[in-house]
Amino acid sequence: MELILQGIIKAFHLLVSFDPEVMGITWLSLKISGTATFISLFIGVSVGVAVALNDFFGKRLVISIINTGMGLPPVVVGLFVTMMIWRSGPFGFLEILYTPAAMIIAQSIIATPIVMGISLAAIQNLPPNLRLQILSLGASRLQMVWVLVKESRLPLLAAVMAGFGGVISEIGASIMVGGNIKGYSRVLTTATVMETGKGNFDLAIALGVILLLLAFTINFLLTQIQQRQQSR
Amino acid sequence: MKNLRRSKLTVLFTIAVLLAFCAPSADAAGKKPEQKNIILATTTSTQDSGLLDVLIPIFEKKTGYFVKTIAVGSGQAMAMGQKGEADVMLVHSPDAEKKFVEEGYGVNRRLIMHNDFIIIGPADDPAKIKGVKAAAEALKRIAAAEALFVSRGDNSGTHAKEKALWKQAEITPAGQKWYQETGLGMGQTLNVAAEKKGYTLADRGTYLALKKNIPLDILVEGDASLLNIYHVMEINSAKWPKVNAAGAKAFADFFVSNETQKIIETFGVDKFGSPLFFPDAGKKVEDLGK
Repeated sequence: MELILQGIIKAFHLLVSFDPEVMGITWLSLKISGTATFISLFIGVSVGVAVALNDFFGKRLVISIINTGMGLPPVVVGLFVTMMIWRSGPFGFLEILYTPAAMIIAQSIIATPIVMGISLAAIQNLPPNLRLQILSLGASRLQMVWVLVKESRLPLLAAVMAGFGGVISEIGASIMVGGNIKGYSRVLTTATVMETGKGNFDLAIALGVILLLLAFTINFLLTQIQQRQQSR
Repeated sequence: MKNLRRSKLTVLFTIAVLLAFCAPSADAAGKKPEQKNIILATTTSTQDSGLLDVLIPIFEKKTGYFVKTIAVGSGQAMAMGQKGEADVMLVHSPDAEKKFVEEGYGVNRRLIMHNDFIIIGPADDPAKIKGVKAAAEALKRIAAAEALFVSRGDNSGTHAKEKALWKQAEITPAGQKWYQETGLGMGQTLNVAAEKKGYTLADRGTYLALKKNIPLDILVEGDASLLNIYHVMEINSAKWPKVNAAGAKAFADFFVSNETQKIIETFGVDKFGSPLFFPDAGKKVEDLGK
């Protein structure tokens, strides 16, 4: 109990003193996971909407695959990405193993099915007659899609939160493809594990507290946007 | 139409944001990645003790290389080297290293430093091993008493040493209920052993670094079979052309240089009262510990 208290006090100290190393680690976590969430938002929403709005053979199979993907184990993604981009792998020429770029790729793969699954369900949840209504008012197909996406912005924001929450707190893939290199690919989760291994429990708790604060701040902002839209 | 235009703008804007996000990380990856980056595969003990945090910035400043330190067990480090996924390694599993060089994966293996392994356990010492001189004898007593022994179980250098000691004691511990494998790094394994009040084999550096949280005592130390020897090896660039041979050589040369050896000699004295590693560059393995 004393240790946890020490950790929280340490977190406070690190935050108010703007400890350059901790600030760097926090900023990098935000940058990597933020970029990955952005990428997953694009791929996830567009594929999710496309699958939801089209009827084709094997649609249920595709939806099952997407829903399974929502629970992709990060370590498996990490292993897969590592084998693709290491020197002897098919994308070895890119030389991006142990870089933040590799972490963005792995985290995008983790977050995309989450965003895809939620946006798919969101669009499917809209009243089926809405589509016909919009089209009968003379909208083009693209305009119809845009209106539907706007209609489901509440669950879509939830998808962003779920995707971001999934990757910022993820460790398995990040440590495998990023390597936890000091000042370069060390993020909050990998630093926490390393400090635990070093026996610096107070610092490990402090990093954990900062991670929680960061996740809370982002989610708070997104919830603000989400709920404001709703009350209108 | 207005909506459509706006959606196009949103797409453009987001792409711009994405590019802005990606640009710095691409920059940081180094301007001449082929020459500048060195991948160092090493053991958790060199990182957890803090030694690399001291040495690598000096090396980088001096030479302009960028070192990517991947701290894993010695077994995994050598598996990376075997596939040419690392350029240079700093490891402590001598028998496996010799094989590694014989098979042509590693070249220019050089002695860097040593410290020692210790057998630690709870103060009440249920297997009565305190003061036993030979490590193998201590393990025999632990087995006879069926006292809990916590093993790394991760093919690390420490695990390799532990397996060699069990072999010496002519005991097969695997599968026994008093023998548990964590599959974790040294620091975490020490925590597990402390929580469960078990015995374990640890390198002295990590034990000293974590001592304040670990209520376990040193029970066996000083046996010649407990030496913990670190070598640096470069990966054979004839076998793996993508290896940064020049960088690997510069890194290995740096570790055997006088300046580095002096830093190793005093590293940890201010914090722990005694050095964590003893520099050995240029010495012979047979002369260590004398």
